Amino acid sequence: MDPSGNLDVRSLAEGELGLPAPAATYEEPAGVLRRLAREHKIALVSAVVIVLFILGAVLAPVLTPYAYDDINLANRLAPPSPEHLLGTDEGGRDVLTRLLYGSRVSLLIGIVPTLLSLALGTLVGMVAGFMGGKVDTVIMRVADIVMSFPTMLLAMVVMYTLGDGTLNVFLTMVCVGWASVARVVRSETLKLRESEYVEAARIIGVRKARIMARHILPNCLPTIIVLFTLDIPSSILTESSLSFLGMGVQPPSASWGLMVSAGRSFLFHAPWLAFAPCVAIMIIVLAFNFLGDGLRDVLDPHLQSR
Amino acid sequence: MREGTLRNLAKRLLYALISIVGVAALVFALLHVVPGNPVAALLGDRADPEKVERVSKALGLDQPLYVQFGNYLLGALHGDFGQSYTLGKPVSELMGAAFMNTLWLALAAALVSWVVGITSGLVAALHKNTLLDRLFMGASLLGVSLPVFMVAMLLQYVFAKYLHWLPIAGVADWTGYILPAIALGWSSAGSIARLVRSSVVEVMQQDYIDTARAKGRTNTQVIVLHALRNAMLPVITLMAMQFSGLLSGAFITETIFSINGIGRLSVQAITSRDIPLLQGTTLLCTFVIVMGNLVADLLYSVADPRVRKGA
Repeated sequence: MDPSGNLDVRSLAEGELGLPAPAATYEEPAGVLRRLAREHKIALVSAVVIVLFILGAVLAPVLTPYAYDDINLANRLAPPSPEHLLGTDEGGRDVLTRLLYGSRVSLLIGIVPTLLSLALGTLVGMVAGFMGGKVDTVIMRVADIVMSFPTMLLAMVVMYTLGDGTLNVFLTMVCVGWASVARVVRSETLKLRESEYVEAARIIGVRKARIMARHILPNCLPTIIVLFTLDIPSSILTESSLSFLGMGVQPPSASWGLMVSAGRSFLFHAPWLAFAPCVAIMIIVLAFNFLGDGLRDVLDPHLQSR
Repeated sequence: MREGTLRNLAKRLLYALISIVGVAALVFALLHVVPGNPVAALLGDRADPEKVERVSKALGLDQPLYVQFGNYLLGALHGDFGQSYTLGKPVSELMGAAFMNTLWLALAAALVSWVVGITSGLVAALHKNTLLDRLFMGASLLGVSLPVFMVAMLLQYVFAKYLHWLPIAGVADWTGYILPAIALGWSSAGSIARLVRSSVVEVMQQDYIDTARAKGRTNTQVIVLHALRNAMLPVITLMAMQFSGLLSGAFITETIFSINGIGRLSVQAITSRDIPLLQGTTLLCTFVIVMGNLVADLLYSVADPRVRKGA
């Protein structure tokens, strides 16, 4: 019995019923970091790069003397120089400054919708896997329909319906992202459902919701963390592609995709305009992919490379 | 076994059909909940309300949504996807012309991704854990991580602007397809390379590889006849799925290189709020994707007797 008076099923399963302990998938964050540092140096470097990017986004006003919408037509399309490290754009605005402010939008869209679709996908996938039967069939059919839709096309249609704007990009990313998460979590749940400690919990009459929250969810967590790190880069890429096509974030907000799109008109005269945000996207996406790969090896060696 | 295979095929076809109709319904619903009468938007703010009503009636927009959807599906079965609002031509005609450009682009991109992906995956696997392996795998991760528009613009900048080797945009002749094909095939090549590597590494540990060697086969024979042949199973599935992705996912590549394909047509349809056209292109893309997945499934079961029997 735990202090709240509820049955502690895990200790029951381990102790009184004499069943083996659940697979040891839990690990202290410090331990994970230590193993990352030992086995995946590049993943650790990536983590540092990500932290630097986030710091850059947060501290943008401190890091640069310019404002992101300071128009100075006398100094338009200036090449990189000590005053403007990455040059200026067609309005004479400092590219580095816009890059820093743009990272706020791009990182936010990379992280927040991914979290939301992860939460939704986990819930739906867990319910589908655990309940089985008709619930499972219906949910997975819907997920299949969403997934048989090319990501960009679905995103474009949803953006069409909702209209442009940053908030709608958020919603769109959730609509697109939950299905693949649901599928992975479902298959994980199917495996866990057959495990002896879940069986034991069921036998002694623990409610389904509680089994899912106490037994299934914690054991899915490593997989979910890995999915999170690997889904962020694809969210960032989707946002930048949408904005590139003019369907995502709208000016005067700056996002990396938008900057690439604007810079493309000057590709041959002022290549830094388009390529600076491209390189930023590339670095952050690579960093998240390396980190995700490393975390997968450390946390969840069974998860297939995607 | 025959009967089982047939039933399996029928089940998969049914699922594919459900997916296609489901997507069509989803898109139909999404496009029609947009506030505002599309006809009013089309005719402009100062249009005569009577005229708006007349045109709405002619287009069948005054009927309930499910009737409209039913009519749409019936028409689509006969290849009639309605009339484009903005381009004044039947959607089927517009899509037919665009599809050929997209098909050529997809074929060229697939060729790039297969050749590059399989070669580099194989080289990496055969030199497992060497510098060469790490180099190729690093490059493949770069392939997956680079945004398409970056690759496309880099290629334009280097090969068209700087070296003047190839046209910057447009597909006047076959050379116009080279840069877009590389841009589009690049990221698929990365994922193929990674899968080929892990698959070959696994196969090379099997007993039949030792057997083949013991029988006195040369190294090349072992690799080509035994290792690669078996390692290609999962790769074939990936390639089939990717090909349908290439056919329906070239929005950015087609936009950057000014290729009048399905992707560019979809983008145009969205920016000009041309609902019938958008509806048509999404349906076509979904059809291609679902069929690609189906073919991938079937190829897999044809190529692997274990799956065929188990299914």
